[in-house]
Amino acid sequence: MIPAAFDYEVAESADHAISLLGEHGDDAKLLAGGHSLIPMMRYRLATPSVLVDVGRLDDLRYIRTGNGSVSIGALTRHSELEHSAALAEACPMLASVAALVGDPAVRHRGTLGGTIAHADPASDLPAAVLALGGTIVAQGPGGSREIAATDFFTGYFESVLADDEMITEVRVPAGSGGWNYQKFNRRAQDWAIVGVAVAGGGSGVSLVNMGSTPIRASGVEAALAGGASAADAAAVAADGLEPPDDLNADAEYRSHLARVLTERALNAAGVA
Amino acid sequence: MTITEDAPAGHVGSRRLRKEDPALLTGEAKFIDDLALPGAIWVGVVRSTEAHANIVGIDGSAALEIDGVNEVLSGEDLAPLWGEGALPCAWPVTPDMKNPAHLPVARGTAKYVGDAVAVVLADSRYAAADGAAAVVVDYEPLPAVVEIEDAVADGAPLVHADLDSNECYTWGLWGDNAPAIDAAFAEAAHVVSERYLQQRLIPAPMEPRGCAAVPSPAGGELTLYSATQIPHILKVMTAVVLGIPENKLRVVAPSVGGGFGCKLNVYAEEILCSALAMQRGAPVRWTEGRAEAAVSTIQGRGQVQHIELAADADGKVTAVRVKLLADMGAYLQLVTPGVPLLGGFLYHGCYDIPNYMFECTSVFTNRTPTDAYRGAGRPEATYAVERAMDSLAVSVGVSPEEIRARNFIGADAFPYESAAGLVFDSGDYQTVLDKAVALADVDGRRAEAAQRRASGSSKRIGVGFSSYVEMCGLAPSRVLASLDYGAGGWEAATVRISPTCKVQVVTGSTPHGQGHETCWSMIVADQLGVDPDDVEVLHSDTAVSPTGLDTYGSRSLAVGGTAVYMATEKVIDKARAIAAHQLEASEDDLEFSGGVFRVRGTPEAEVPLAGIAFAAFTAHDLPDGMEPNLEAHVTYDPPNFTFPNGTHIAVVEVDTDTGDVDLIDYVAVDDCGVQINPLVVEGQVHGGILQGAAQALYEDAVYNSDGQLVSANLGDYLVPSAAEAPRFRLDSHATPSPTNPMGVKGVGEAGTIAAAPAVINAVVDALRDLGVTDVDMPASPQTVWRAIADAQGGAS
Ligand SMILES: Cc1cc2nc3c(=O)[nH]c(=O)nc-3n(C[C@H](O)[C@H](O)[C@H](O)COP(=O)(O)OP(=O)(O)OC[C@H]3O[C@@H](n4cnc5c(N)ncnc54)[C@H](O)[C@@H]3O)c2cc1C
Repeated sequence: MIPAAFDYEVAESADHAISLLGEHGDDAKLLAGGHSLIPMMRYRLATPSVLVDVGRLDDLRYIRTGNGSVSIGALTRHSELEHSAALAEACPMLASVAALVGDPAVRHRGTLGGTIAHADPASDLPAAVLALGGTIVAQGPGGSREIAATDFFTGYFESVLADDEMITEVRVPAGSGGWNYQKFNRRAQDWAIVGVAVAGGGSGVSLVNMGSTPIRASGVEAALAGGASAADAAAVAADGLEPPDDLNADAEYRSHLARVLTERALNAAGVA
Repeated sequence: MTITEDAPAGHVGSRRLRKEDPALLTGEAKFIDDLALPGAIWVGVVRSTEAHANIVGIDGSAALEIDGVNEVLSGEDLAPLWGEGALPCAWPVTPDMKNPAHLPVARGTAKYVGDAVAVVLADSRYAAADGAAAVVVDYEPLPAVVEIEDAVADGAPLVHADLDSNECYTWGLWGDNAPAIDAAFAEAAHVVSERYLQQRLIPAPMEPRGCAAVPSPAGGELTLYSATQIPHILKVMTAVVLGIPENKLRVVAPSVGGGFGCKLNVYAEEILCSALAMQRGAPVRWTEGRAEAAVSTIQGRGQVQHIELAADADGKVTAVRVKLLADMGAYLQLVTPGVPLLGGFLYHGCYDIPNYMFECTSVFTNRTPTDAYRGAGRPEATYAVERAMDSLAVSVGVSPEEIRARNFIGADAFPYESAAGLVFDSGDYQTVLDKAVALADVDGRRAEAAQRRASGSSKRIGVGFSSYVEMCGLAPSRVLASLDYGAGGWEAATVRISPTCKVQVVTGSTPHGQGHETCWSMIVADQLGVDPDDVEVLHSDTAVSPTGLDTYGSRSLAVGGTAVYMATEKVIDKARAIAAHQLEASEDDLEFSGGVFRVRGTPEAEVPLAGIAFAAFTAHDLPDGMEPNLEAHVTYDPPNFTFPNGTHIAVVEVDTDTGDVDLIDYVAVDDCGVQINPLVVEGQVHGGILQGAAQALYEDAVYNSDGQLVSANLGDYLVPSAAEAPRFRLDSHATPSPTNPMGVKGVGEAGTIAAAPAVINAVVDALRDLGVTDVDMPASPQTVWRAIADAQGGAS
């Protein structure tokens, strides 16, 4: 549980962080809340030789609403999402999902940018941003680009983000529509064994921990669009997926959970 | 006899806040890793990644290139430190028990994942960790024995090639009773025959292990600091294993962050650091990592249980027959083989069952050694009998509380001699159960459960009972002798009164979270009429408390607390003699209360204890021949065990769509005898229940078929947190133990012993009408969902 040796740099701005990343190449890693990266380092699953700490970039901690959209700075902590009155108004789903991440200590350290960049298929907020049809703003040496959440995640802990890019902002449309989030786990602090996010009254449905990325449940969305009942739409939730097999759940049980939880989420979101 | 709930007259019985807590909560308390030892050599242990393999080569060259790494040593390199000296097992339960030499660092063959195969010596803990990670070990894998039943299968690979089987010992308890037992089964109207699995558990105390051995080069002495429950036992054992004269060895347990039995041991790292420190003349230390602890510290449980009950038509049990397979792991640690025996006397539970048969075969596997874990044998026994009693209730067609009522040992039957050969001290099991039934509103819950069933709800309610009795207060030394245990079961205490009438209590019982300082102070304060804050309790350092047998088996209060009580009585006797001398009265005419000696009938003739203390110190005017000072030492060997008991009731809600189990209510009515501090008792019961519920619902040391521990971190090994804790609703019903003067019994393990069967009985109760008759522990959502699906005829 002791990490390998590393050097540590404090970034003074996003530009500075990106130039440090460029300088150190793929041996460097950004450090935000550290609640995914540090555990991996302690298990020596990650051994970056340089950490670039962006955790002090307070100008990237904000929640701004207006023009039908919510813009959230990448360094905004989960607990800030959880307790923001503005977010509760503009995008109650995101605030509510943030409140279900880990435990209070985790939520006070973990950041929205960090959890998106980490691209863990078992994480809650990436799936919520996916269901909400969000956009990720990434800054690199050549400037900023916007990436649709649907295009962002590419595999286990992998995304389209380049080594020298940093997430600076996450945007979601204002108003969650009929929404619900079902998180199934065994202990309060744990990741979801399976999770289901429903936004926009069923127009956006995503699944947590049912494959190598947060997954947009397009089959469910299509069934609903075609007039299917919540129960019938939920029945296809796991179709074509290859969910992981672990100590908590094998693939068969996960698929079952996905169907049960999708139906519950749809019903709670007002879809009959 | 029962104690009524009158407000306590003195401190005993009051909810006094713990003395220990301010230091713990402010971080002032010092744990092993807090010790500053300049110049210490840090040890990193290279652990086998194979369950069973020949060690072909150890290449430390990469490690030695790391800054701060100084040496890489194999088991062979270290051999001169201990020769053939092996880690001790103090409990040879049978004369022919197999006890393969367990070297601190393996030579030739690694026998479990986590087995030490080499060590790195470094300048810092970080360098030691880097070095250990960089050592390359070349293994030649051998076939591994992983599961208990596979160890005794025909043609099983051998864990120890020089033995002819994997059997460690077979131990039985039935005397000449076998024909009567066979007859009872032949004549029975109901026979219940069940097989239960006790999964392996990882103890996971808040603080992992650690030790530091500090030589004193001038005197040739060694001080061993260790996060241990047993400094006294560790001292003797270290002296014996390494041939260090006992008078040159001191063992200190600093603040210790929990143990639950896993620090009741003599570990390789303690021997290793001690031997190296003597050899190098420098401090040598090691701190265990959390993931390391999962494989390098003993694990608990690990049994396959077969239990059979024979009963007459009314459900009165006439015989119990138990066959156990117990997993020792690869080697025997300090009391590994004895753990199943501690349960072996209790498979009849709190029931009056005339015919008793217990047999245990223990086996070696290629896994981390097992040993005592909170309850040690008794949770396993209670689980088997309490699950089986529920099955019997179904067979007879009566409620769980009725089957228990028909079989309880009666309140008038004490002292009760059990068929297993114990003499139970006191109890009123039926009253305890009745209290629990009322508190849990069992009728109301059942009505709710019926209504949920009728409405087709997927949220089922289940009510589960567990009535338990345990043997605590380990132990009468002669009984331990009859069980071939290698030590006695007494405890020592010294009580001193200083010139200014402050009190020093030295206890041989070693706390690591229980609250000894608080409770011992309250006992002594009441006896002497002083304030508990004027009582200082010293412990956990063999230089300060040279005599003791430490803390395990819920023995602290019943044995160690009794020693303190008796030593205080002895001090009072001496003070009385001085008071009589001063007051020119006969000792028989003196009464002592509230810290003052008075001559009966002459109220103005009195002298306070403070006056006596000062007089004993100046020694100017003591009775002829009396030694100065007020001090007494007592070593107390208990005449019997104590037998705490209780009934716990768990209420669960099971989601039949997902298999999720929610523990919605938990009632515990315990008889731990007289309570010194109900706040401390409740803390023990809360933690104990959650630890038992953890076995029922969450925790599982999962090994794959290669013998790799798959649940090796706290993300995969699910220790529950406060968020998972049920609502605890506690009550008590004390029948004071006649075994000791305070009437105390012990409560350290009660919750853990009772909880698992209560929870599983509740889960099965919730699902019985769906055809579910058993659910393996831990009853994870997936396991419960599959049990329902299987009972309904295949997966849905
Ligand atoms: C005990 C525990 C329980 C948890 N439970 C849950 C849970 O229930 N649900 C859940 O979803 N999560 C859970 N988490 C994870 C938590 O939410 C993490 O905080 C989050 O996943 C990562 O955010 P972070 O800011 O800590 O990122 P870090 O750990 O600092 O970084 C994670 C990765 O993202 C990169 N990174 C960070 N910020 C940026 C950025 N702005 N741009 C580009 N790359 C970046 C880092 O280089 C690193 O590779 C838990 C964590 C712990 C320790």
